[in-house]
Amino acid sequence: MTTNILLVGVGGQGTILMSKVLTAGLAQMGYDIKMSEIHGMSQRGGTVITQIRFGDKVYAPNIGEKEADVIVSFEKVEALRALPFLKNGGTMVTDEHEIYSMPVLTGKAEYPSNALVALAEAVENLAIIPARAKALELGNVRVQNICLLGALVKVLKLKGVDWKGLLASFVPEKALAINQQAFDAGYAMI
Amino acid sequence: MVKEIMSGNEAIARGAWEAGCSFAAAYPGTPSTEIIENLSVIKEVSSRWANNEKTALDMAIGASIGGLRSLAAMKHVGLNVAADPLCAVGYTGVNAGLVVVTADDPGCHSSQNEQDNRLYALLAKLALVEPSDSQECKDFIKAAFEISERFDIPVLFRVTTRICHSKGMVELEQPGEIPVKPYQQNRQKYCMLPAMARVRHAFREESLKELEEYANTCALNRIEWAHDRKLGIVTSGISYQYAKEVFGDSASILKLGLTNPMPKALLREFCSAVDNIYVIEEGEPFIENAIKSLGFACTGKEKIPILGELNAKIVRDALVGQEAQAGYSIDLQAPPRPPVLCAGCPHRGFFFTLKKNKKHIVAMGDIGCYSLGVGEPFGGFDISTCMGAGISGTIGLAKALEMQGDPRKVLGMVGDSTFFHSGLTSLIDVIHANANVIACVLDNSITAMTGHQVNAGSSKDVQGNEVAAIDLVAIIRALGVPNERLRVVDPLDLKAVQEAFTAAVAVKGPFVIVTKRPCALIKEVARANAGKHCQVDPDKCVGCKACTLIACPAMAFKDNKALVADPASCTACGLCMQMCKFDAISRVGE
Repeated sequence: MTTNILLVGVGGQGTILMSKVLTAGLAQMGYDIKMSEIHGMSQRGGTVITQIRFGDKVYAPNIGEKEADVIVSFEKVEALRALPFLKNGGTMVTDEHEIYSMPVLTGKAEYPSNALVALAEAVENLAIIPARAKALELGNVRVQNICLLGALVKVLKLKGVDWKGLLASFVPEKALAINQQAFDAGYAMI
Repeated sequence: MVKEIMSGNEAIARGAWEAGCSFAAAYPGTPSTEIIENLSVIKEVSSRWANNEKTALDMAIGASIGGLRSLAAMKHVGLNVAADPLCAVGYTGVNAGLVVVTADDPGCHSSQNEQDNRLYALLAKLALVEPSDSQECKDFIKAAFEISERFDIPVLFRVTTRICHSKGMVELEQPGEIPVKPYQQNRQKYCMLPAMARVRHAFREESLKELEEYANTCALNRIEWAHDRKLGIVTSGISYQYAKEVFGDSASILKLGLTNPMPKALLREFCSAVDNIYVIEEGEPFIENAIKSLGFACTGKEKIPILGELNAKIVRDALVGQEAQAGYSIDLQAPPRPPVLCAGCPHRGFFFTLKKNKKHIVAMGDIGCYSLGVGEPFGGFDISTCMGAGISGTIGLAKALEMQGDPRKVLGMVGDSTFFHSGLTSLIDVIHANANVIACVLDNSITAMTGHQVNAGSSKDVQGNEVAAIDLVAIIRALGVPNERLRVVDPLDLKAVQEAFTAAVAVKGPFVIVTKRPCALIKEVARANAGKHCQVDPDKCVGCKACTLIACPAMAFKDNKALVADPASCTACGLCMQMCKFDAISRVGE
């Protein structure tokens, strides 16, 4: 059995660090892992997608449409964009945060006001969580990713890993406590 | 055995180190950039960013002939730039092993085309090795150095974006001694004058026959037999993973890792033993044509797309048939989110002014962050092909417009790294031809698009050594550009940029504009700007939207007022302040 996870967001939101911590934990659990993140032009404020697959033996590093068991979105519209990748019965976790793209800012496109309502109507397993708001409340918007990681670990029921201890290898010491708080907060949101 | 999760690029660097590679050169280009970045931290390996891919390969060839195992890395289109030395070294062969990594980009994730560089192995008569995951990136690079030395042949090591930027578990081994082969003069082998080249060509044809024998039996090419032999799949590279994902153990698979010369005997053995043959490969029908030339019928590009990147679903739909599978869709369009110039990007001031002057100008672009200037709202240029062409292409375009009586002046642009890459020779052409063009160098002090690599304008090299920074303005002056035809301006000073454009449009003949301002994302620059941002006074803002014309992603317009919606990404560059006639925007946090 292979589990497919998609992390989607906007360049600069920290999807890469989130996937690093997640894969380190999965490696501790003894899984074979493939992870794919295409970077380059997409860093410049564009959509970013990280794909993670784990199981006994994983071949392909990427995920096709209708194949994702869980999608974690750092932004509402990105959840909408990634929806075709969700497997039937899969789980969508999305932050309620909005980031306006250039076509929206220049009035060439409209940001849908009812994205969450539409998602809620379509997807049975949907969790809308205020990860970014929580990160701001904790004092650093950048821990949004670890808050979402906490939520994802809960969704996937990944047990037997000291996730909060693992964070120490990925964030500077002075930021460890706030990252651990963000993880707990995200875990409690599911 | 220590296992680590590594990207393909990290594994290539690790493998090169374990193989005793001690010289590496490259020009940055997605998806190949991290190979040198990872090698540069290993002190035993002399690593450098070259000015372009040709000079990178030239250096590596020199090191190989001198006796060091050497590696050159580049993106697929970079190999076009390096094609000249590539085809020459195909004849000379090597002393110590030489591996040329080509990182192809099916799907054009960040490239101008999807060219399949396996074809270069045929053209330049090289060994071709194709790994299919991170573990093989490490293992095969070691095999590649062995093959290179054993058969006196450079190895083209072909990876793709999905290999370079995917991670998987890799078993680490310890590097051995760094081998150094004595340099030995051998003019018959290394001086490619006609008389010697004819002899070396004959040598190469013979050595390829020997290498083919090796390819038929070596571990890089292997057959995974299934219980029954109805279906046989021939595949290489990342496509192997998709084949396994779709067919598992139900089909026999010939997995090729050494694909030039093609192991014909092995192909015959496999194709004769199965009833039906599928060839699964991205890009060109490289393996498929080889199989067909041996007289076997097979299914390849008639079903597997030649366009774009593959995945397991595409392979499944093409060869097994589409499964009707439930999924989710909602009737709501997600607005597009194209990549844009970052908040604080110095190029923004240039493109805003260029747009204002568009009546008088036809512009050509180039490859770099400023290629993002093509998008809305700037529409920064009409033509963009490859590196350096943003300058040299203007010469022909200017002549064509002149002959049509079109009074507009042609403008071309390159960045600082692109200037050193091939813009310099292009600019020499402009000056020497006395072409009626405006040549612009958008100098942001770094190779930004690929993630901030140093270049010839930097005072440090990739390994942190102090080096002589090349002064590109001094070079431009040395080409004979007089002061009245040269402007060096701060692109965030809109008045100064406009003055430069006005002067450039007014005169006939070459005019050079250099915009100088470091990329806002350079660590030191970002640190200096930390905490600073602009702020809109809603009482003074009249909602005229002038500030939105600079298309800054940190700004938004809500409830008829402008606002700095993302102060964390705002660098207080001040462009919006220059746009505001009502003094409504100010800097804070200084």
